[in-house]
Amino acid sequence: MMDAQSALFYAFSAVLLFAAFRVITARNPVHAALFLVLAFFQASGLWMLLEAEFLSIALVLVYVGAVMVLFLFVVMMLDINIDSIRVGFWKHFPLAATMGAVIALELAAVLLGGFRVSVPHTPQLPAMVTPLAVDAASSAVAVGHMVVTEVSNTKALGVLLYTEYLYPVQVAALILLVALIAAIALTLRERKDTKAQNPADQVRVKARDRVSLVKMAPVKPDLPPATEPEKSA
Amino acid sequence: MSITLGHYLTVGAILFALSVIGIFLNRKNLIVLLMAIELMLLAVNMNFVAFSHYLGDLHGQIFVFFILTVAAAESAIGLAILVQLFRNKSSINVDELNTLKG
Amino acid sequence: MSQTLQTTNLLAVPLAPLVGSVLAGVFGTHFGGNWLGRRITHSLTILGVLVAFILSAQTLWSVAVDGARFNETLYTWMVVGGLKMEIGFLVDGLTAMMMCVVTFVSLMVHIYTIGYMEEDEGYNRFFSYISLFTFSMLMLVMSNNMLQLFFGWEAVGLVSYLLIGFWFNKPTAIFANMKAFLVNRVGDFGFILGIGLIAAFAGTLNYTEAFAKTADLAALTLPGTEWMLVTVICICLFIGAMGKSAQFPLHVWLPDSMEGPTPISALIHAATMVTAGIFMVARMSPLFELSDTALNLVLVIGAITALFMGFLGLIQNDIKRVVAYSTLSQLGYMTVALGASAYSVAVFHLMTHAFFKALLFLGAGSVIMGMHHNQDIRWMGGVRKYMPITWITSLLGSLALIGTPFFSGFYSKDSIIEAVAESALPAAGFAYFAVLAGVFVTAFYSFRMYFLVFHGAERYDQNPDAHHDDHAHDDGRHDHTPHESPWVVTVPLLLLAIPSVVIGYFTIDAMLFGDFFKDAIFVNEDKHEAMHGLGHAYHGAIAMAMHAFSTAPFWLALAGVVSSYYMYMINPAVPAAIKRACMPIYTLFENKYYMDWINENILARGARALGTGLWKGGDQSVIDGGIVNGSWKLVGAVSAMSRQLQSGYLYHYALAMIVGVFLLMTWFVWLK
Repeated sequence: MMDAQSALFYAFSAVLLFAAFRVITARNPVHAALFLVLAFFQASGLWMLLEAEFLSIALVLVYVGAVMVLFLFVVMMLDINIDSIRVGFWKHFPLAATMGAVIALELAAVLLGGFRVSVPHTPQLPAMVTPLAVDAASSAVAVGHMVVTEVSNTKALGVLLYTEYLYPVQVAALILLVALIAAIALTLRERKDTKAQNPADQVRVKARDRVSLVKMAPVKPDLPPATEPEKSA
Repeated sequence: MSITLGHYLTVGAILFALSVIGIFLNRKNLIVLLMAIELMLLAVNMNFVAFSHYLGDLHGQIFVFFILTVAAAESAIGLAILVQLFRNKSSINVDELNTLKG
Repeated sequence: MSQTLQTTNLLAVPLAPLVGSVLAGVFGTHFGGNWLGRRITHSLTILGVLVAFILSAQTLWSVAVDGARFNETLYTWMVVGGLKMEIGFLVDGLTAMMMCVVTFVSLMVHIYTIGYMEEDEGYNRFFSYISLFTFSMLMLVMSNNMLQLFFGWEAVGLVSYLLIGFWFNKPTAIFANMKAFLVNRVGDFGFILGIGLIAAFAGTLNYTEAFAKTADLAALTLPGTEWMLVTVICICLFIGAMGKSAQFPLHVWLPDSMEGPTPISALIHAATMVTAGIFMVARMSPLFELSDTALNLVLVIGAITALFMGFLGLIQNDIKRVVAYSTLSQLGYMTVALGASAYSVAVFHLMTHAFFKALLFLGAGSVIMGMHHNQDIRWMGGVRKYMPITWITSLLGSLALIGTPFFSGFYSKDSIIEAVAESALPAAGFAYFAVLAGVFVTAFYSFRMYFLVFHGAERYDQNPDAHHDDHAHDDGRHDHTPHESPWVVTVPLLLLAIPSVVIGYFTIDAMLFGDFFKDAIFVNEDKHEAMHGLGHAYHGAIAMAMHAFSTAPFWLALAGVVSSYYMYMINPAVPAAIKRACMPIYTLFENKYYMDWINENILARGARALGTGLWKGGDQSVIDGGIVNGSWKLVGAVSAMSRQLQSGYLYHYALAMIVGVFLLMTWFVWLK
């Protein structure tokens, strides 16, 4: 008889795998995007089972909430000719299935090769000095001692991120900044119907772009007098 | 029976394989291609979190954190490229995109 | 006179002509704007050489009478590794004698040139060149190390090239000067190898330091072979001497060098430059004494040159060529003397030969001038009536050349013959035969030329190739009769005639049997007894001359004179008859033993063919085609193949990525 955890695990996994399968075989890309959303929700559930609460919520908030919404926006914005894309879809299935099976088998081989599996235990802070005494009930001040305390997953992650992984966090922020700039730079279109001033161009202008001097004689030379029509004689 | 690490890894493996199949099947459809990549990342994240839980090491989750960040950035830019492509070509059929042929 | 030799005086000896040369060359020619006129130019250069001559004479006096010596380095150019490259002077008997000879003959030639090159456009350039030559030759003889010797060696070669090709618009002159330079180069190759070996094994280029190590050098063999090191060194050095002193087979350039004006034939190709090789071997006597093999080689080559070049002189019709082959033959004599370890005799003959050969050349030049630039002796004759001074001096020179007793040539030549007779080397037998036979040949061709030019019927108008040259003459004559040359030409002839006659008599005692060359030339008396034997037989100059009447050389020379008199004055049909009878030999002589043919067709053409082959096969096909072109073609081929990977299709790239992931996984899972 399974306990609740196992049952939940199997339920979540089954739906996850089904959703993933539908993502790749759905005819309509909107359906595919929605199935992907479903897959993420299931994964979030799985992670909750693995006591990674922060990440599971972050998955839903960030990934589903932002990235998948973006996907849906784009899918619905583009007018895609579905039929032309689906031509020859099942033709490639044997090769694809083979590749997939091979990869799965390889991964399984690693599994079966054996690696150390330890008994699940509560998440702990990595051994370090905690300046704050979390246990409010006890008046024992934990300065200078290594204290093992139970903290939430979020807090644990936070502590780690802002101490050991400070620089990677900064780099990650930079990456996001770059992504932001890149996305704008790639897709920005200027409106062509508005008149606007460009101060940078105005400052850069040079005299010779605007004014040109032409040398001309002050007085037009007299034309030679027109010859009289020939007198007949 | 209790769920072991192996179970989670199996899930991750199958997810990964599915996404590879997805890339192969949807070679012409750019959007689904991007989604298959998201699935791949999900599979990898699954592995990380599972290992983090079963080995008691929080570093796995940290790594998932960063993967999430990068994946978000990457999908944003990927979609931006897709949008530009569509504006110019009015199609996301990659069969027609071979002007960068060597 | 000073006891010691002063540096400034010695420095002035080569530098005075150099200054003259530079001034004449820069300011007297087109190069500097033709500022200096002819008179100033020749005065400057003659002044330079005169200063050099006076100082050389003074040096000779100090060396001979006061026993002064000088051996110092004046300037260290650089030190590379342990090898010092310096400029320095070594002045002993040998040097002082050479200095005097060079400066005296150069002075005579300078004065002579005023008359000879009077109508030539390149007058100033010529003076510049001959002064430059004087400088180079002096640097060569005065040097105290092999590097400076080599510098002088190359410099005289260069000036010789410039002077042979003086009339550079003549194709034959250009051919001749290239030939001279290239043949010399072959000799220089051996020379450089010799110098290099000395530098490598003795560690020094300085004469005294190197000669101090002869005992060590004598024990070594050339690494990797079984040859004695000194033998190899001496043979290499001698190859250099062969090139410069025109020994067989590197003699081919000297007859062609007659394309240059006569003054330089006298200066360079008779008296001084060609003797540089003899001088060098004499200088290196400590080394040559160690190697009998090298001495044998020297004997053989010298003997071949002495005899066979003399033969070629028998049939020449150009007055200058006769004297040129005579020079070749006499150089052979000097070389033979060197081979017999009679270095002082060789140098003595060098000195006397310089005087009478220069005299003969200048005399020939005077005749050429008088004959309005006709050089063919078949169309001369009876010139003695019109050019008495030239006639008398040429007669004196010829008598000296053939070895008439009491003349200087007799003392030197007979000493050579006796020295070879005394030598115990294996090759000495052949050498003795050669030099003895050469006496007859020398006398014959000398007097053949003398009789054909100065005596007999006048054949001036019979020249079928005569071209009317329209240069202005003082006399305004338009016929072909000659007239005597101006005093600038005849005075040098007279001044050269004096030593040609008397210098042998006065100096033989000191030079051969005295102490004059005592520290300059080294002879290993135990092994090589030629000088010793010579000394035994010597009882004074007069006795030697009187004794000559009973020796073979005198009678051979007399026979030569008499036969040439008979064949060219009394019975002129005889030469033609002999020629018809010995046609094959005559053809052989006329083609100069086919040496030129071999050089041009086999060696030169072969070298050019080799060059073309290497160019086409090596350069074009292998390097250009294979390596240079091949590399880009290879790159192109590889990239054409690799280009297929860039299909431009996204899914191909995605496939490539997945395959790559798969391979990595396989690698890490199974193969690691």
